[in-house]
Amino acid sequence: MLQITGLTHSYADGHLALDGLDLTVPDGELVSIVGPSGCGKSTLLRCTAGLIRPTGGRLTLNGAPIGGVPDDLAVVFQDYSRSLFPWLTVRDNVALPLRRRGKSRAERRAAAQEALESVGLPDAGRKYPWQLSGGMQQRVSIARALAYRPSLMLMDEPFGSVDAQTREDLEDLVLQVHRNEKMTILLVTHDIDESVYVGDRVVVLNRSPARVHADLPVSLPAVRDQIGTRSDPEFVRLRAEVGRLVRGGAKVAGAAPADADRGT
Amino acid sequence: MTAATLGAGTARRGGPAGRAARGLLHRLLPLVLLIAGWEAATRASDSPFFPPPSQIVRRMRDMWLSGPANHLYFSAEAGDSIMPSLGRMFLGLALSVVVGVLLGLALGRSEQALAYLEPLLQFCRVIPPPTLVPVFIVLFDLGTQMQVASIIFSAIWPILLNTADGARSVDPVQMATAQAFRLSAVQRLRFVIIPSALPKIFAGLRLALSLALILMVFSELLPGTSDGLGFELTNAQSQSDLPTIWSVIVLLGILGYLFNTILLAVERRILAKHRAGAKG
Repeated sequence: MLQITGLTHSYADGHLALDGLDLTVPDGELVSIVGPSGCGKSTLLRCTAGLIRPTGGRLTLNGAPIGGVPDDLAVVFQDYSRSLFPWLTVRDNVALPLRRRGKSRAERRAAAQEALESVGLPDAGRKYPWQLSGGMQQRVSIARALAYRPSLMLMDEPFGSVDAQTREDLEDLVLQVHRNEKMTILLVTHDIDESVYVGDRVVVLNRSPARVHADLPVSLPAVRDQIGTRSDPEFVRLRAEVGRLVRGGAKVAGAAPADADRGT
Repeated sequence: MTAATLGAGTARRGGPAGRAARGLLHRLLPLVLLIAGWEAATRASDSPFFPPPSQIVRRMRDMWLSGPANHLYFSAEAGDSIMPSLGRMFLGLALSVVVGVLLGLALGRSEQALAYLEPLLQFCRVIPPPTLVPVFIVLFDLGTQMQVASIIFSAIWPILLNTADGARSVDPVQMATAQAFRLSAVQRLRFVIIPSALPKIFAGLRLALSLALILMVFSELLPGTSDGLGFELTNAQSQSDLPTIWSVIVLLGILGYLFNTILLAVERRILAKHRAGAKG
């Protein structure tokens, strides 16, 4: 379980990105975080990943405070082409973080191959990342996160730089991974439809400095598909609601319990 | 212009091998013309200071390639003059690479250290290395020690500064990835920082190679030398043996070209993935 209380961060230049943000993510939940661009979504993710030290507030993962980068956390960055190392093969890219896990070479390779199979790239191991398309490269970085077997996976606008068709495929991949691995996932996006389609819950952030503006449960069935789910009345209702909230609309009383706002 | 259009015209007709051969031919053509012109001019003038290339080549063969077949025709004199020079050059270059890369990596990853030391390093780099050779003659034992020190002091700067620059400019997303997956310091160095700095390290190495060749000869021109190509040069000069002087000069040109070509080939091979990655 990830618990964020009163998270505040101001950068060295005085820009206040987060202002007392509260968020609790129970195990196995996929939470979409959506908000206007530049609202501090990435700062929230980077604080959670331990990549930057917040100026205030408390973060705990499974009860342990997050100081540095937690051991059982993996990140999927938006910029896959810069996050994968071009001088390593796809398999070595996926296997690299496993060196920290004290596994033998054979174990690392087997784990990498298994992860590549689960993202639908069983034959890409010997290739180099730049020999693959953008969507396949992002699959590789998802495989790298999976092979690491984290208890929390953070995704920073992971489908922001791929075409629409690939984007839908990758959304389904994340849903499938989430169902199969029961992994806790925090997915940051600026795409309203995407936040509803993949999320068990959608958290809408305020315009900068970020606080939780609204927290909406998504009561769609766990198994979703691009055509059926997107025409579901509940999906249509939610995407309209999230869209309104992202544009700064006020919460409608009773529309959704916003548990994060109770503390502030 | 004419050569380029000619090359394009013939390239369309031949296969890949034929194309490569023709490309080589076109590139060698100016050299062949130059040598032919040189030969004609020197024969016409008959100056003792400018022996014709044919005479230089004969002298080179007599001096260095008249040995037995089981020594690949290298003569004993080649072993006495070329080998000590090259040995010192490669020793100096190897030490420069080891020390330069290690210090460069350390500096490149520490912004403060680099900020403090960069002016000093740039200062050291711009001192013309030959001017320090007299200092090294006093500081070190005459001969190999002084010569290797001179080579190192000239070759280390481009390697060190380029490595520092390469290590400093690692892509921030790559560093964040390494951090997020908790790679250890050694793993970061081995899998992220060094590969990422390699193109710049190679650029520094190419500069260092030509400097090392210059300092190799220069340090041998000074007193206290008993072997090497520079020694042979001063020796020939004192005897006014111009064909030998020219032979050494031509040999140095050939060696420089050869080493640079080898280094470029190695670089291309190693960096092929980096380049493709940068493009894609």
